[in-house]
Amino acid sequence: MVVTGHGRIKQAVRVWLPIGFFLVVALFPFYWMAITSIKPNAELYNKNVMPLIVHAPTLKHYVDLLTQSSFLLWTWNTMLVAVVATAISLILGTMLAYPLARMRFAGASLIAMTIAAIYLVPQPLLFIPLADVINHLHLGNTLTSVILTYPTMLVPFCAWLLLGYFKTVPKELEEAARIDGASRAQTMWKIFLPLCTPGFISAGIFAFTLSQNEFLYALIFLTKTSVRTVPVGVIAELIRGDVFYWGQLMAGALLGSIPVALIYSFFVEHYVAGLTAGSVKA
Amino acid sequence: MTVASERLPVFAQARRRRASLSVLLDRQDVFSWLMMALPLAFLATLVGYPFFYGILLSLEDRPVAHTGTFVGFKNFIADAHDPIFWRVAINTFVYTGVATLLKTVGGLCLALAMNQHFRMKNLVRALLLLPFIVPTVLSTVAWLWMLDPAFSVVNRLLVALGWPKPGPSWLGDPWLAMVSIIIINTWRGLPFYGITLLAGLQTVPSELYEAASIDGAGGWERFRFITLPLLRPIILIVTLFSVIFTFADFQLVYVLTHGGPANATQLFATYAFDIAMNGGQLGLGASVALAMLPALALLIVALTIYLRRE
Repeated sequence: MVVTGHGRIKQAVRVWLPIGFFLVVALFPFYWMAITSIKPNAELYNKNVMPLIVHAPTLKHYVDLLTQSSFLLWTWNTMLVAVVATAISLILGTMLAYPLARMRFAGASLIAMTIAAIYLVPQPLLFIPLADVINHLHLGNTLTSVILTYPTMLVPFCAWLLLGYFKTVPKELEEAARIDGASRAQTMWKIFLPLCTPGFISAGIFAFTLSQNEFLYALIFLTKTSVRTVPVGVIAELIRGDVFYWGQLMAGALLGSIPVALIYSFFVEHYVAGLTAGSVKA
Repeated sequence: MTVASERLPVFAQARRRRASLSVLLDRQDVFSWLMMALPLAFLATLVGYPFFYGILLSLEDRPVAHTGTFVGFKNFIADAHDPIFWRVAINTFVYTGVATLLKTVGGLCLALAMNQHFRMKNLVRALLLLPFIVPTVLSTVAWLWMLDPAFSVVNRLLVALGWPKPGPSWLGDPWLAMVSIIIINTWRGLPFYGITLLAGLQTVPSELYEAASIDGAGGWERFRFITLPLLRPIILIVTLFSVIFTFADFQLVYVLTHGGPANATQLFATYAFDIAMNGGQLGLGASVALAMLPALALLIVALTIYLRRE
């Protein structure tokens, strides 16, 4: 078949017109974030300058952000919390998912349903009583408060995602190990879990991004600068009354987004696999 | 010699005990419950207990840092007589309904556009997912700046295109503020719909389309009678899922409008936060949060049953 020049143009329009539209809408806020962060104030607050490009780029906002605010400390807190909460959630999630995927016991389906239901309970339903619990435990303004509470949403999530993955792993190797006399714990630990690395990566990325994204618990439990995470620090301390430090604010928003974006770009295939795992099984 | 012979039975006993222990551990139910004990205890402590404690709180008059007194349904009666509460209920339903509709339709369009053959598809898919990946609070701050009353880039573009100066007051006008939070929620959630539905589209066997084409079906008919019915389960799951989290949204509104102007964008979650955290009335706040429960429970039960059936 001969593709005429006309047909090819028509094809390109059919693809790139809608895709281009979606791309522009999806990415413009990030473009705006980026150029705001490198514009001098004289440009930011002057309505006579064409706003879509930068005329005299400057790194002043970044320098101010890193020297005048506790942004680096917040970044460290965010990372620490995300890594520990993710690790806890993967371990506890596996402890739930493995028996549900491999063992037969009374109550298994009830447990599986409970976990799915807990996963779907949104934080706003629980934050008031949880705030009281955290107060009683004297955990207010400690990173422990969020390290303990983030897994309440991440454990059911990891368990659910891993359960789906575990079921796709063939049973033969485990059966062979059992015949050779390995205990259930050995079979799981030495034979089964090493096969599940892709599942752990998917669940781990999700748990990590969800931890980085969390705002409500961090807002309530962390009220001191020294223990804040990036989202709370940016909202609570870089927006001051009616005076906005937009350059710094956008620099902070951009820097705060970079860790997640980087991790995600390395593992995008795993991410998409995880995103669609729950819904495309049918 | 004597020492060894005296010890022998002890060893044997210990070995037998160890053997019976390992037999016990080998039972599927024992192994399973032992494995699950720790995570289940964790969830019971930090999800189960707060959940029931929240119900108790909603029946108490409980100022922050004081002990509560049981007041029965007084908080819920106060809610029912609070005009803002009803405003909040309407806001939440409008916000959830419109944003969900936009995300479903837009996501389907995105998935269909992405389901064509073109170069750099993986890169495009990765870029399109960015709004969904980046922490909500941080991207919402960017929107706050884009809709700034004095320096809104959106308005500057609109004015450049001929809109009368100074352009719409996005976050100052009650109606437009609602429009704004709906648009931004859609912006953030649409990639999730698009990419999930795309994965669904890719599972539709191409033979079906070929057969339909041979039978003379046009593009719309192929979409209406093949694509849509086969996608229906996925659309349903994604929609239920997103409805739950839109219904209980907090971050976006907190950052963008704090529920204002004049409670025009106040949702259940932000209103409960205001009452409990800013107003210090934990009991009344808990009752507002619990007002979400009937609708949420219905959705959660529906989705859980559906997920189990799959």
